[in-house]
Amino acid sequence: MTNPDGRFGIHGGQYIPETLMNAVIELEKAYNHYKKDPAFNRELTELFNEYAGRPSRLYYAEKMTGDLGGARIYLKREDLNHTGAHKINNVLGQALLAKKMGKKRLIAETGAGQHGVATATAAALMGMECVVFMGKEDTLRQALNVYRMRLLGAQVVPVMTGTATLKDAVSEALREWTSRVDDAHYCLGSVMGPHPFPVIVRDFQAVISKEIRWQLMQKEGRLPDVVIACVGGGSNAIGSFWHFIEDKGVRLIGCEAAGRGVDTQETAATIATGKPGIFHGMKSYFCQDQYGQIAPVYSISAGLDYPGIGPEHAHLHDMGRAEYVPVTDEEAVNAFEYLARTEGIIPAIESAHAIAHAMKIAPDMDRDRIITVTISGRGDKDCAAIARYRGEDIHE
Amino acid sequence: MSKIKEAFEKGKAFIAFITCGDPDLETTAAAVRAAVENGADLIELGIPFSDPTAEGPVIQGANLRALKGGVTTDKIFAFVKELRRDVHVPMVFMTYANVVFSYGAERFISACREIEIDGLILPDLPFEEKEDFHPLCRRYGVDLVSLVAPTSENRIAMIAREAEGFLYIVSSLGVTGTRSEIRTDLASIVEVVRQNTDIPCAIGFGISTPEQAGKMAALSDGVIVGSAIIKLLEKYGRNAPDHIGAYVKSMKDAITY
Repeated sequence: MTNPDGRFGIHGGQYIPETLMNAVIELEKAYNHYKKDPAFNRELTELFNEYAGRPSRLYYAEKMTGDLGGARIYLKREDLNHTGAHKINNVLGQALLAKKMGKKRLIAETGAGQHGVATATAAALMGMECVVFMGKEDTLRQALNVYRMRLLGAQVVPVMTGTATLKDAVSEALREWTSRVDDAHYCLGSVMGPHPFPVIVRDFQAVISKEIRWQLMQKEGRLPDVVIACVGGGSNAIGSFWHFIEDKGVRLIGCEAAGRGVDTQETAATIATGKPGIFHGMKSYFCQDQYGQIAPVYSISAGLDYPGIGPEHAHLHDMGRAEYVPVTDEEAVNAFEYLARTEGIIPAIESAHAIAHAMKIAPDMDRDRIITVTISGRGDKDCAAIARYRGEDIHE
Repeated sequence: MSKIKEAFEKGKAFIAFITCGDPDLETTAAAVRAAVENGADLIELGIPFSDPTAEGPVIQGANLRALKGGVTTDKIFAFVKELRRDVHVPMVFMTYANVVFSYGAERFISACREIEIDGLILPDLPFEEKEDFHPLCRRYGVDLVSLVAPTSENRIAMIAREAEGFLYIVSSLGVTGTRSEIRTDLASIVEVVRQNTDIPCAIGFGISTPEQAGKMAALSDGVIVGSAIIKLLEKYGRNAPDHIGAYVKSMKDAITY
């Protein structure tokens, strides 16, 4: 899908300061070398299997299926990975790559804290320094993850600029990278930013759809009809879609965070409300005003609270290959509670957006149809916030 | 011929950066006039952006204050048109790619020509991506200013060969902001630049004192100062223009031999 200059259709590219250009060129060269290196791949597979706990289960949600009365629903349990989310897939790959490149320090941004925790974990494992930038607002929403990162030896820098959320953490991580470009690797957490990040992150996350494919072949002897995942920057979604893109019969659906609704200002649904732009190193869709000022987006989910979307998703949208649908806070919270009660699985509030959409479409589908929903992370981190959303005064 | 060249014809150039609308456009106009009256040879006008990723805290603050004050691209265009009645030094816009892209690149760049903006600096538009805007800049006679950084190394020659207006040499790693010392081997960078282009080069990022300005001007054709001026706006607000005038004079004196 990528042409040599890192474009996905009109999207992607490398819109970054000159200071970083040689760093991304060096990264691309190193990645192109190591992705074909059998020793690198053996080492990564070993980490995936022995450390992260892959392959993750593809679980048939029988009670949910029965309750909704339509399509058979399978849950791809990325929440069962070490550190509790799909983020570890990408981080182990990038940390290993950075180490091979001789970098001593990992820089990362984080929204909900999952990517920060994963990066801190990989840094601890590989003996690297780690600095995580996190919006001040998010450090309050996800205090437990802040502690977790510190426990793992990372330095957590609260970002006060702008809306003090994920986009500002990305901006600050980019700024830090320009000052420490020699010895630091920017371990970007999603399929966004300048080329080659959208490609690297996608390739490391593609293990999700690779596994769904063979697991479902074993269980059902066929491909799914619908693959659903939540989308912020879009890493678990692209990972879930990747090995099905050529199978035109498989519907690919990304669930965006609509916040309080796409007709309000308090939303983070980029495809639904954004327009083409250039930001954080890439051309893609962004929530912005008529003068290109980036909008202060909102979602109950810190991990989806981002004003843009990865360039490959923008391209899949342009081509009509994937559909992107908005899911509100209220729908996501309902789905969060529903999955807990129905299947005994507490999903991350991010993943609950995907569950919510499955709940909408499954009842109208035939019983021989199959939906897979990626549970990108576990929901322990969200319990206090959801309780507060429901009016219970619980603090961590 | 590029009008930007004029800024470098009377010795070393002093380039002043001012964010439009910080704290309001009347103050910006007075600050520009004060800078020009005291020797600024070229004015870099910042169009604020919500998320200026190449800026340190000082210029980030200016962007925020300006946007809070309600300034927009359209208001800035009208403001520059007015300013052009009596300000005749070359002027360039410094902003981010999305501000130009979302406005419509052709609409933006043709407006630059109309209001006599001579060049455009986009810190998040590296050499590889300039095709988005460069053909339009050519068509409307607006110089697209290129930057080289301490990490550019093997890229300097390539960038210099296609540079227009002036070449912006970034003095240090990191974002904009004042620095106590600049340790990059700028002489070697300038040497490669000189081998590949005749256009002038100016050094920016981190320069705040007359001593630094003197040293940097000795290495190149001029110096660019932003954060030190913005600090005066931050401190004195609407009363900043007089302070800016005095500051620019001290800097200009330091680079005039």
